[in-house]
Amino acid sequence: MFAEDDLLPLSALQHLLFCERQCALIHVEQLWVENLFTAQGRLMHERVDSGGHERRGNVRTVCAMPLRSMRLGLVGKADVVEFHQQKSGEWLPFPVEHKRGRPKKENWDRVQLCAQAICLEEALGVKVKEGALFYGKNRRRQSVEFDSCLRAETEETSARLHELIASARTPPPLYDKKCDSCSLKELCLPKTLEKPHRVERYLKRMMAD
Amino acid sequence: MKKHLNTLFVTTQGAWLAKEGETVAVKVGGKVRLQLPIHTLDGIVCFGQVSCSPFLMGFCAERDVCISFLTENGRFLARVQGPVSGNVLLRREQYRWADDPERSAAIARAVIIGKLVNSRKVLHRVVRDHPDKVDTVSVKQAMDRLKAILMHVRVGTSLDRLRGYEGEGAMIYFRVFDHLILNRKKEFFFEGRSRRPPLDRVNCLLSFFYTLLMHDVRSALECTGLDPAVGFLHRDRPGRPGLALDLMEEFRPYFADRLALSLVNLGQVKSKGFRKAETGAVLMDDDTRKAVLVAYQKRKQDVVTHPFLQKKMPIGLLFHTQALLLARHVRGDLDGYPVFCWQ
Ligand code: SF4
Repeated sequence: MFAEDDLLPLSALQHLLFCERQCALIHVEQLWVENLFTAQGRLMHERVDSGGHERRGNVRTVCAMPLRSMRLGLVGKADVVEFHQQKSGEWLPFPVEHKRGRPKKENWDRVQLCAQAICLEEALGVKVKEGALFYGKNRRRQSVEFDSCLRAETEETSARLHELIASARTPPPLYDKKCDSCSLKELCLPKTLEKPHRVERYLKRMMAD
Repeated sequence: MKKHLNTLFVTTQGAWLAKEGETVAVKVGGKVRLQLPIHTLDGIVCFGQVSCSPFLMGFCAERDVCISFLTENGRFLARVQGPVSGNVLLRREQYRWADDPERSAAIARAVIIGKLVNSRKVLHRVVRDHPDKVDTVSVKQAMDRLKAILMHVRVGTSLDRLRGYEGEGAMIYFRVFDHLILNRKKEFFFEGRSRRPPLDRVNCLLSFFYTLLMHDVRSALECTGLDPAVGFLHRDRPGRPGLALDLMEEFRPYFADRLALSLVNLGQVKSKGFRKAETGAVLMDDDTRKAVLVAYQKRKQDVVTHPFLQKKMPIGLLFHTQALLLARHVRGDLDGYPVFCWQ
């Protein structure tokens, strides 16, 4: 069990899965790509502010629901949680996360969603079996089943996240295709910092002539 | 990383700056004269009687837009700072390094190398481009002496010695600086550096550019999470932004001095645009100040190739890039500080 002070943002899970260095740059060093993130944040708020509660038939929708799990040590918000009324009359939570891009083959978004499910389970004392990801690019909803495999991956990722942040170290970059789509590339300088031992040589060269 | 690099200079007396949605509105006499989206700005500099609403200040702090207040003549008064950014680990490391004479010396050494290389280059360019107009012998002598100092600095040495070399280099450079003024030498001359106050027009220009440079370098450091107050070459002194002064060294000759020289040599500032106060202090008039600000802003848009990163970027981005490289060095990603050297 984690203490409240040690809770980490839920969203860090996807940063970690995308790239450990990116995760450390954001969550250890607090580097921020101002434009992108604030723009994202704003969009999110607009949607959330317009949302609130809503009920249609046997589905009740709650926007921007605060979540946390003391077991995983995570805190954050769920974009949307739908509550589906069962035949028994019971309402079961069903998290829906909105993503701007398109579906990925990796498990990143599913892990984040699963972490939300675990938070919901902890708060409400129910079993959350399923949720969905909604992708802005193709406007498709993809359902996600929280099976034991995904749960294990989520637990393992949270544990790794806590280790990384506790170490307070930033892993060195490894230049890779994904760097080209990374919002922190300009701050990370993956190509330059991959070979860090060059400054002495550079200074010598600058002094020569 | 900042891409826009626009600094908003407000020189209209009595102007009032306020937040309007996502924009900065400049009002004069209750009318909106100018409105700029915050994300296109990286700094706001207010001259004289210019005020800001507290909401705008908060908004700017949140978006890493630095607001500085200067007197009409460009003397620094104050600056708005938001909550210190969360990068406490970087700062702690910076303080540890600043307490460690060897580490401090290593960074100071790089900074001085940059300053000397760039100073020498400024001299070199003028001799190369105008051999007929300058006292080539004196300037070349100064270049040789700077080279000799570089050789000393090269074989790492103590902080005190380094500071000595830095001072000597500045003296040699400024001693021939007057030779770099090619026209209207009766009106524009340089008899040694005077700062408090500047006693001639050239010093007046230099001081003004150094103030603007300080504003930019300081906000670049703040964006990166480094503490501008704690330097390596410059010792701590209350109220003195030591690290900002360190990082400025490489840009003084390359950016500020050259800009001042080109304004004078190309006749873009007129001697009539300056006046002398009773105390001997030389001040700019409003039109000159405006022209000089425009020139500063324009020069920041010029594109150069970064010698270490081998990447093209506008000069204005160099401040951020150097702050970032220094931060990466402190965080252990780089084996030294790759000071910007003009090539
Ligand atoms: S640029 Fe590459 S190495 Fe750097 S944070 Fe992004 S993905 Fe990771």
